[in-house]
Amino acid sequence: MKFSLGKWLLPTYVALTFIFMMIPIVYTFIFSFNDVEKSNIAWKSFTFDNWLNVCAQPEVCHAFGNSIAIAVISTLVSTALGTAIAIALGRYKFKGRSATNLLLFLPMATPEVVMGAGLAAQFLDLGVAKGFWTIVIAHIMFTLSFVVVTVKARVATLDPRLEEAGSDLYANASSVFWRITFPLLLPGIMAAAMLSFALSFDDFIITQFNAGPDTTFPKFVYTAAARGIPPEANVIGSAVFIVAIAIVLVVQLRSSLKAKRLAK
Amino acid sequence: MAEQFVARGQDLELVGIRKEFPGFTAIENLDLKIPAGEFFALLGPSGCGKTTTLRIIAGLEEPTVGKVLIGGKDVTDTKPHQRPVNTVFQSYALFPHMSVLENVAFGLRQRKIEEPLPKATKALELVELEHLANRKPQQLSGGQQQRVALARALVNRPALLLLDEPLGALDLKLRRQMQVELKAIQMEVGLTFLHVTHDQEEAMDMADTVAVMNHGQIEQMGAPEALYDRPKTAFVARFLGQSNIFVGDVVENTEHTIAINVNGQRIAAPKLRSEKHEGKIAIGVRPEKATFHETKPQLGSEHNLVGPGEIIDIRFTGVSNQYLIDVPGFGDITVFAQNVGKSPVVELGAQVYVSWKVEHSFGLSDLPAKADNDEI
Repeated sequence: MKFSLGKWLLPTYVALTFIFMMIPIVYTFIFSFNDVEKSNIAWKSFTFDNWLNVCAQPEVCHAFGNSIAIAVISTLVSTALGTAIAIALGRYKFKGRSATNLLLFLPMATPEVVMGAGLAAQFLDLGVAKGFWTIVIAHIMFTLSFVVVTVKARVATLDPRLEEAGSDLYANASSVFWRITFPLLLPGIMAAAMLSFALSFDDFIITQFNAGPDTTFPKFVYTAAARGIPPEANVIGSAVFIVAIAIVLVVQLRSSLKAKRLAK
Repeated sequence: MAEQFVARGQDLELVGIRKEFPGFTAIENLDLKIPAGEFFALLGPSGCGKTTTLRIIAGLEEPTVGKVLIGGKDVTDTKPHQRPVNTVFQSYALFPHMSVLENVAFGLRQRKIEEPLPKATKALELVELEHLANRKPQQLSGGQQQRVALARALVNRPALLLLDEPLGALDLKLRRQMQVELKAIQMEVGLTFLHVTHDQEEAMDMADTVAVMNHGQIEQMGAPEALYDRPKTAFVARFLGQSNIFVGDVVENTEHTIAINVNGQRIAAPKLRSEKHEGKIAIGVRPEKATFHETKPQLGSEHNLVGPGEIIDIRFTGVSNQYLIDVPGFGDITVFAQNVGKSPVVELGAQVYVSWKVEHSFGLSDLPAKADNDEI
């Protein structure tokens, strides 16, 4: 049989890329089962203890809880604010609309170091003590643009005649919003919220500048890395990964089932 | 306002409506009165302001000047949801996230009417779609969506139902079928219908009264037969069916007849059917009122006769043949001859005379932008 380069090159390349991408994740996952004494760098023996007693090291769980709380609060605020901005930008003509559109891209384009340092300087100027709430404010700031951009794309697909039909059918402004506009924007709003949550949960640079004494999960892992990351951090990292993959799978399955049902 | 809903239609009155948009004026000065229970069609080409008129009545646009009265009540300053008016949108605008039944029940729920679902089901029965009540709108065909949109509006028993080219997206066969159904439903429920369309056949077929709109103004209004039989402006003559129009100076103005001179030929019209009686005027005739002759016929003064001219085009349109005859000095004259089973009486290139009865002529109030006898 003739050896065909084209037939083998692409699959090999893809396989190698996947392996390269997966190694850190697999490493993290495997070492979450390591029975450690001092540092979680060399493999010793297999155990479930880390998974069962994930809060054995209270700092890990505290940092994780902080991250979740910050992500939830900043997501709620930036999704609500961002949705309102997106509807205003998508639906209404007003003075400064194009300027607002442009300004919204700034936080996405600005290096995080600059944004983080700039905000930290502002807090210092105003004499605000850094901590949990300064992190929340920082996260709202940088997730807001992503929410606006995501929801605005959805607003653009929304036929304004649907809202007109609603008001023609005796719905007042608030009924039109809650019965028609909001349900139709919901997929976009959910996507924006998920993105915002992931960005917030994940953020290190901006958080580092504005956290003060408080800590988040990424910040904890970074600090801990200097003296060996505790295996509990591996557990949480792996669990987050598994949950995220599970959510993606469920969403994909649901939409493909829905597509099949509609095709029938 | 919104609490008062009626079992029968109410009359609509537009008083001195003017609507300006940045850069152009959509409606010049519109006065209109539609009696309760009537099927009224607003007919015009796209961009003539008919959809803007509809949106002003629904409250989706505010007039720059003027008043909207429904059932004698001034509703100009009220919001769309406060008006006893429902619209069937051109794109149907069904709510994609609700079932067909919930779409129909929407207006009832907003008004907190008791038993919205049984009433919505009844409305779906009226348009014969009760078996699809639980589907989503995007699972329906265009014709079915159109009927849902109609049911969603009708279920509220509005004083006035606005139809914004609701049949535009349907194919010809379905459109004819829906026209019949729509007319039947209107007769059954007795509501006032205002139908906006650019399809002149649709307007003439369904409406009790047709208003022809052009450049933000109503050119002529009346029963379809009257409008077709005696158009008063060149625009109406050509938009509502086809017309042959000739322009010339008045040379005869007697008790019963007006006649103009077109290239030495006398074209007459009854005085009662003429808008203007002196100067340069336009006289027209419908293509099916004209006949052609292979030899010069001997006709009295009760007929108009032009020719000879050459047949330059014959089009077979099914029920009739359409002949285009180039008469020197008169331009291209269109003649319809009914297709009664014989092969074409004349060949392309034949020399023929065209005649029609004077009583079928109509004299217009304005001159067409381009008359048939304009020399090119």
